[in-house]
Amino acid sequence: MTALRHAAAIAAKDLRSEFRTKESINSTLSFSVVILLLFSFAFDPSPDMIAEFGGGLLWIVFAFAGALIVNRSFARELPNDCIDVLVSSPASGASLFLGKAVACFVLLFGIECICLPVFGVFYNVTWWRSLWELLGVLALGTWAMACVGTFFSALTVNLRLRELMLPMLMYPILIPALLSVMMLTNTLLTGQAMPSDFGVWLRLLIGFNIMFTTLSVYLAETILVR
Amino acid sequence: MRTKVILALGAIGLPLLLRNLYVIMFLVPDDLEQGPVYRIFYYHLPAFLVAMCGYITAMAASVLYLVKRDQKYDTIAVAATETALAFAAVNLITGMIWGRISWGIWWAWDARLTWALISWLVYFGYLMLRNAIDDPTERAKNTAVYSIFASASVAVTWKAIEWWRTQHPGPVLSIRTGGVQRIDPAMENMLYINTLALLLLGAIFLLVRLRQEEVQREIDGLRRYAHALN
Repeated sequence: MTALRHAAAIAAKDLRSEFRTKESINSTLSFSVVILLLFSFAFDPSPDMIAEFGGGLLWIVFAFAGALIVNRSFARELPNDCIDVLVSSPASGASLFLGKAVACFVLLFGIECICLPVFGVFYNVTWWRSLWELLGVLALGTWAMACVGTFFSALTVNLRLRELMLPMLMYPILIPALLSVMMLTNTLLTGQAMPSDFGVWLRLLIGFNIMFTTLSVYLAETILVR
Repeated sequence: MRTKVILALGAIGLPLLLRNLYVIMFLVPDDLEQGPVYRIFYYHLPAFLVAMCGYITAMAASVLYLVKRDQKYDTIAVAATETALAFAAVNLITGMIWGRISWGIWWAWDARLTWALISWLVYFGYLMLRNAIDDPTERAKNTAVYSIFASASVAVTWKAIEWWRTQHPGPVLSIRTGGVQRIDPAMENMLYINTLALLLLGAIFLLVRLRQEEVQREIDGLRRYAHALN
């Protein structure tokens, strides 16, 4: 219980800090909209094309946005050696990791909820046909990104090429989750009948989340304590 | 002692590899459906199996490093990862050559091919992360943790063959098909023998790389010592 209270306190601290400065939110949001806009220049999106790979487009945007958000997760603690203070606080490494992952999840999910209508307007997609299922899938995919991303943010926080290393390490590990969530989002966005492999992708996504959340929580202390 | 082991492995492995090459090229018959191109399979699958052994060794060594904090296990992990990457590259390239002749394309975004590539990229990230960290203890700890994450991805690769139905040929070894004979027993035996030969070659690579890494560690230690004296 205490561990969860510590995690909640760290998540609240990160969110409060972010909402006061808005340094990640503003840049990530504008970056996501720019990417959505650029896709329309790269190809002329017809309804058939969007039905085929709309979910993929959307998740490429979210994956880019996710890298920006999680990159700041531990990097914001570098000035004044705040990271050392956090590590030496009574909160365990697992609580610290969970708190930061939850903060990233909230920020990223919020950005996705704003990008979704923008995507609908730009690409003429009626995305709300299976709204609750879509939000559920978005939440699962976002947690995968927040969890793995936050862990890798801790892993790479002291590296010289942090901004480059984080996406390079994070994306290949995230591919199973991204692949699943793209397939699921594609089906839900376009309102197609659920294909027979819908359950397989969903199970893969849930399994990925369970596996990597467990690993991250278990290994967080090892990574954070120097 | 290690030199003797390397020489002994080489003395067994090299003649075996040459003998296998001769048998594969000149003695085993063509496949009924695929013709002579199927012979590449005698290197494609064994290379995959050796790469898997390397990935598993790297994961085990990484776990042991985190438990015991002994640099020896970090050295084994990096040597095993590099060896596995070399064999995984052989697996991917031979697969591409086979695909070009059998399917008419170099690459298909088939689930198993994609997963094999993902595993390669994941472990390549291991080497990149290693190069980016200067402090030896920090490097060993962080890469050990990363290796455990990477092994989860490889586990999915290994299971992917059963999860997705794809155009990639299904399992053929009787130990994977529950005793059902999908290829001629002589062909299957040849596969096992060549797997053994490539395993021996992989073990030689691993031992040589281990020695290089140990020497590098010693040089780094001496350099730090000389720097401290100055």
